[in-house]
Amino acid sequence: MSALDPAASSPLALDARATLGAARRSVAVRDRLFVALLLVLTSIGLIVLAALLIDTGIDGFPKISADFLTSFPSAFPAKAGIESALVGTLWLMAVVAAVIVPLGVATALYLEEYADHLKWWNRVVEVNIQNLAAVPSIVYGILGLAFIVRGPLGLGRTVLAGGLTLSLVVLPVVIVTAREAIRAVPPSIKEGALALGCTQWQAIWKQLLPASIPGIATGVILSLSRAIGETAPLILVGAATFVAFNPTGLDSAFTALPLQIFSWISQPKEEFQALAAAAIVVLLVVLIMLNAVAIWLRNRYQKRW
Amino acid sequence: MEASSTSVREVAPSAEQVLGAAQRHIGEKLIRVVLTLAAGVTILVTLGIIASLVGETLAFFQDEAVTVKEFLTGDTWTPLFSEPEFGIRPLVQGTLIISLIGLAVAIPLGLGTAIYLSEYAPRRVRQTVKPTLELLAGVPTVVFGYFALTFFTPKVLGDLAGLDVSVFNGLAGGIIVGIMIVPTIASVAEDAMTAVPQGLREGAYGVGASRRQVSTRVVFPAALSGIVAAIVLGASRAVGETMIVLIAAGQVPTTSLDPTGPMETMTAFIGATGKGDVPTGSTGYKAIFAVGFTLFVMTLLINAVAIRFVRRYRQVYE
Repeated sequence: MSALDPAASSPLALDARATLGAARRSVAVRDRLFVALLLVLTSIGLIVLAALLIDTGIDGFPKISADFLTSFPSAFPAKAGIESALVGTLWLMAVVAAVIVPLGVATALYLEEYADHLKWWNRVVEVNIQNLAAVPSIVYGILGLAFIVRGPLGLGRTVLAGGLTLSLVVLPVVIVTAREAIRAVPPSIKEGALALGCTQWQAIWKQLLPASIPGIATGVILSLSRAIGETAPLILVGAATFVAFNPTGLDSAFTALPLQIFSWISQPKEEFQALAAAAIVVLLVVLIMLNAVAIWLRNRYQKRW
Repeated sequence: MEASSTSVREVAPSAEQVLGAAQRHIGEKLIRVVLTLAAGVTILVTLGIIASLVGETLAFFQDEAVTVKEFLTGDTWTPLFSEPEFGIRPLVQGTLIISLIGLAVAIPLGLGTAIYLSEYAPRRVRQTVKPTLELLAGVPTVVFGYFALTFFTPKVLGDLAGLDVSVFNGLAGGIIVGIMIVPTIASVAEDAMTAVPQGLREGAYGVGASRRQVSTRVVFPAALSGIVAAIVLGASRAVGETMIVLIAAGQVPTTSLDPTGPMETMTAFIGATGKGDVPTGSTGYKAIFAVGFTLFVMTLLINAVAIRFVRRYRQVYE
């Protein structure tokens, strides 16, 4: 900083008062500039978000109709719709939920209630989960392609393979949020149950879990909303891009909303871009609804202890 | 669960009770085993990732058309041509350029947002801005890709900034990747700044510092390891991002440094090649894994740094 800085300027100087006054003014000016800069930096992210929503809305809204929601993809843009993609996405979400809820909650319970954190293997599990959370989703796609679609599991390009792959992508998030929800329940609740003669599992099952369900549910919904938007792993697991039928079971071929969007974006024809925008609007509406449910759950059921 | 029916007054346990306790004991053990197995699944996932990547990567290097030397030092990447070349440099370079552009955008935006939210924003503003940032974080990357391709490149870079950019270009990809990681950087950095003890701020105010001086010279340095962690986490997400670059930056592996032209990242190559039905066992199929392995190692190293920094700032103040 310059000599105008009050901390740096000598108080013994003859014109100390004048210097100090000037210094204060200069600090005040710089303070204001700094706040202005922060406001600009903060608002850029929000402006881009607004531009994104408005731009896709303008491109996409005119295309949305009952026909769009209930038609299959087609080579003719005017006839194309997203029914198979929507139904595929619902199937995927069902598989993901069925996998991540038991697996995520069980792992969180193990780490919070059973694991001895001084043992090296438990620390390995924790660091491993942190790492998995930061592995790029396309790498999970590679795992899905090599081990789930082909290789050991050999499920083929099916709903089950896609759902399992997406489950692995979001599993670390579920574990972390479930752990936080469990930790938020005061130990006295469980200790009370133990003091009354409950076994450890009884205390967990009857006291700890019911108390942490809202937090866990919020985490699960947020994970689902992340899974809905994941595209890269599904590209590799190879949901076909042109599926003009709804999946009929876990072993059925499928497409999903983000994949359908990607496939339309990749088409050179202008009309398909508008279809992509319309599908994006549908996807964003689904996401916002899911998030609203999560926020509502959090506010409605979260206990203050 | 049957315990509630047991009367406290009974002194000698009946045979049934002893049996019940034994069964409970076995039940408790069983539950413990089940939960431990669930936690073990996460280890299996990591092992699965490593096994799938390493196996096919080794097979890739056993292919007679490929040498390790060419992979590491060659500067042409054309694995699907009839006379293929396998120098990974164009993909690594594309990844680095786009990530650096992204960080150049995201670091000032993310840290500015973090300082504002942690040190300046009134409660009500914070309660509006934070959920909005979460919304930004929740936008699927395929949507960002669409936005970069159909709006950002033609309207902002082309019309507004007057740049002569190609339809697919690294600049739009990089900037939008940057926007995507702003919420990550902002929220981790804000956590670190909020964790700085109030006493440090009050001490600085006590000797006459202004709010800006407190923010930049007390809070910022005190939260530095958390801020570094935020940036490193953002970098790792930028390196691993697929859809934005696949859609907006193009699929042309190049050693050109010009960000207004198309470039291909490692993730975009994996996505573009995995999309087509590459036959299992072909060199192109194995190339997916070799590139994936390189990407995995890069992000693993970045994450290790991030985890170390996060742990450090947690230790200091929590």
